Amino acid sequence: MKRSKRFEKLDRSPVNQDSFFVEWAEGGLSALRSPYDPDASLVLRHGRIEAMDGKEREEFDSLEAYIADFGINIESAEEAMALSPGQIARMIVDINVSRQEVLRVTTAITPAKMLQVVQCLNAVEMMMGQMKMRARRRPANQAIVTNVKDNPALLAADAAEATLRGFAEVETTCAVSRYAPFNALAILIGSQACRGGVLTQCSMEESLEIKMGMRGLTSYAETVSLYGTEAAMDDGDDTIWSKAFLASVYASRGMKMRFTSGTGSEVLLGHSNKKSMLYLEILCVYLARACGAQGVQNGSISCIGITTAVPEGFLAIAAENLVVSLLGMEVASGNDQAFSHSDLRRTAKLLMQMMPGTDFITSGYSATPNFDDLFAGSNTDCDDYDDYYMMQRDMQIDGGIEPVAEADAIRVRHESARACQAVFRELGFPLISDAEVDAATFAYSNEEMPPRNISADLVAAQEFFHRGGGAIDLVRALHTQGFAKAGENLLRMLKQRICGDYLQVAAIIDNDFSIRGGINDPNDYVGPGSGYRLEGQRWEKLKQKDSALVPQKILEKQGGGEKKSGFYKWSEVRPANFPEADIVIGLSPAFLSEATGVEICSAQELMLQQIIQGIAVSGMSSAVVKVFHVDNLAEIALLAASFSASGIGIGVQSKGLVRINSNARPAEDSLEVAFNLPFSKAEVYKEIGINAADYAQNRIPTPVAQQIRAGGLTNYQLQMIKLSAQESGSLERRKKPFLMEMNNRSLLKVDATAHPKPEREAD
Amino acid sequence: MKTLRAKEDYPLADKRPELILTPTGKSLPEINMEKVMTGEVSVEDCRISSGTLEYQAQIAESAGHPQMAANFRRAAELTVFADERVLEIYEALRPFRSSHEELMQIAQELEDKGAVLNATFVRQAAKIYRKRNKLKGDK
Repeated sequence: MKRSKRFEKLDRSPVNQDSFFVEWAEGGLSALRSPYDPDASLVLRHGRIEAMDGKEREEFDSLEAYIADFGINIESAEEAMALSPGQIARMIVDINVSRQEVLRVTTAITPAKMLQVVQCLNAVEMMMGQMKMRARRRPANQAIVTNVKDNPALLAADAAEATLRGFAEVETTCAVSRYAPFNALAILIGSQACRGGVLTQCSMEESLEIKMGMRGLTSYAETVSLYGTEAAMDDGDDTIWSKAFLASVYASRGMKMRFTSGTGSEVLLGHSNKKSMLYLEILCVYLARACGAQGVQNGSISCIGITTAVPEGFLAIAAENLVVSLLGMEVASGNDQAFSHSDLRRTAKLLMQMMPGTDFITSGYSATPNFDDLFAGSNTDCDDYDDYYMMQRDMQIDGGIEPVAEADAIRVRHESARACQAVFRELGFPLISDAEVDAATFAYSNEEMPPRNISADLVAAQEFFHRGGGAIDLVRALHTQGFAKAGENLLRMLKQRICGDYLQVAAIIDNDFSIRGGINDPNDYVGPGSGYRLEGQRWEKLKQKDSALVPQKILEKQGGGEKKSGFYKWSEVRPANFPEADIVIGLSPAFLSEATGVEICSAQELMLQQIIQGIAVSGMSSAVVKVFHVDNLAEIALLAASFSASGIGIGVQSKGLVRINSNARPAEDSLEVAFNLPFSKAEVYKEIGINAADYAQNRIPTPVAQQIRAGGLTNYQLQMIKLSAQESGSLERRKKPFLMEMNNRSLLKVDATAHPKPEREAD
Repeated sequence: MKTLRAKEDYPLADKRPELILTPTGKSLPEINMEKVMTGEVSVEDCRISSGTLEYQAQIAESAGHPQMAANFRRAAELTVFADERVLEIYEALRPFRSSHEELMQIAQELEDKGAVLNATFVRQAAKIYRKRNKLKGDK
């Protein structure tokens, strides 16, 4: 088959490099609904669940039993189950139903019922629900800080910059797992040297991670995984009981934690039991609640390739985030895995959480280039910062991070790398050189970092860990080495585990170590004008854009001040009459007027000279007539035509728009209209002169508008705004059109190479 | 003492700092840089006590999070166990690691040390593991 060039190009487009599956229920490849998902039901007897979602207690597996025993609020269960899924869905979206009222119902229904409820919601309703139901009033964001060399100075510097940009949490992991203690301490020092209070984690195998936490090398844990089928849990080498116990161990050490789950994991392991991905994920979220966790990281996470390969993938992912909020927990909502080649697609994915806001909009924005992200690349990385900020600015959305000045980023990177260097020196680790500190300060990625002796590092890291080294040693080292503030911040982080305030739902530690979370800063959204609004100082910060033109400054530069009469090279001669020349160029009232400033006048003169040249090289004569009594460009062009021997006139507005008219046609019926000027290449205006001459000689040229590429006008829109205002301000309704001449004709360099003709003298 | 409530008493460090003691009996102001440098404060002091966890449980409960409260109460019991021991118990609870008798022994040990909630927890786990074949040798 002969191919369409359109389709060939589409085949090569980024989105078509992604992978897609058709839905297949038996294989668990359905995002939101499978015919094998159970019906919702609940049987209570003596305050205990005897049957749930079509299964008797005897038939429960360990996960279902755990949910039935611990995961559902029994007291309101019968009442809640009596509501239809549609009724509950409407409560979620209805701004008149408070978050607390919704929670009373949604924490008392079964998993299958919860599935039916979220199946009622479309994409926008999902987002409406999320906006109301997240636990914490103000959204936050999490950064991933890793590099393929596990280089400590670079980790510290990147943690510092991420902190400066406003991330509330920083996550690391290792290329080589024996580096873990060093990686953990590098981001701990790096972040606290910039701002105390940022939470840090080091994602490793469960028992190593808890051990590091016990030493204070991390302040929270996140990658404590849950799966929705027993077989998948077995593969993960845990039971729900061991996971619940682990959650209590973290709390017993004063450490914040959240579980991690996500659609698609059970399918990937081959243990989906034909259920939809969302149903299995809902089970995970219920399990998290049943264990008494304060929060969940989900949103497909590492299996997002699977969920997004089938239809309704984004919808299912938004739903799983929403279910966490519907069960009253903190949600760290994914957006942390590269899953698509298409920029449009990955932006759409992000928007479903960024627009409504969640407790953590991403659970892993890569603060380094994606090739340094050891989690195989995130949905967004450091190269996307300015796009991300612009979305915040465009939509007035708080995406959890803020623009920073380059000088500040360099400064915090340098200080943190030095702090890390100082700790390494004090604790007798293999030294971090000044060259490494310098490299880390200005680095784009690991490629700028000098190599380290990895074996020496690994020996030192293991030795430090096995002799009981921990955060208290870091505190002492920082203090001794003169990094008092960083040491103080680290100590205050350790003190958090004494009081346990940050264990509560959605708690983060803000500036000045104040706790902000679901308990003392709850989401109180109940419709327009309520809840968290991005305004005041924070909005001023987020809308900052260094390269934004300042209107007042432009207008200053372009004058108002230089209104000297001798300044302008053109002056009025006498009232115009017919015929002034072969082709007359009609100027609008504000063109070259006293009100416009230096820069604009130069541009206008250039435009005019180009048009005159274009007419001249075509062998015709031209004259310039200024119109004062109208500012409508079509009328100006027609007037110019009426003064022209050929009957062809050109109208030019001060902002550079042009029309070519014939006096044989009405004003609006121009021969040519060029709206995608002004100020594009000056040579374009010469083409207009040439085209006018063509019309005058009964030739039909290619319209100038077709020769220019559209777009890119926005750079001039500010000037255009000013000039449009000038036009009406410069109107003199009683003044006739005047012939204009250059003060010094020799300044008008006419290149009449084609058909030189004698010029007509003005009267 | 009156049960703590989220609205009045949270954050504890701001609203009720006098209630917070480390497991070693120190108060928050005593955990300062000076004492860290002299060695008077060490890593054992930077931990949460069972009393504080009970307060956080009350706060969680009053804010409508009964499961979190139960978690914090189990955690409160675990504060008196050494790091190594709780990690060993965690390992023992992982699938196919322990026999029924071994789990029951762990439950007894927990109970003997006053960790009654955790003892019940482990006994429940043992029962389910037997039913669902997650004990040693079941794979």
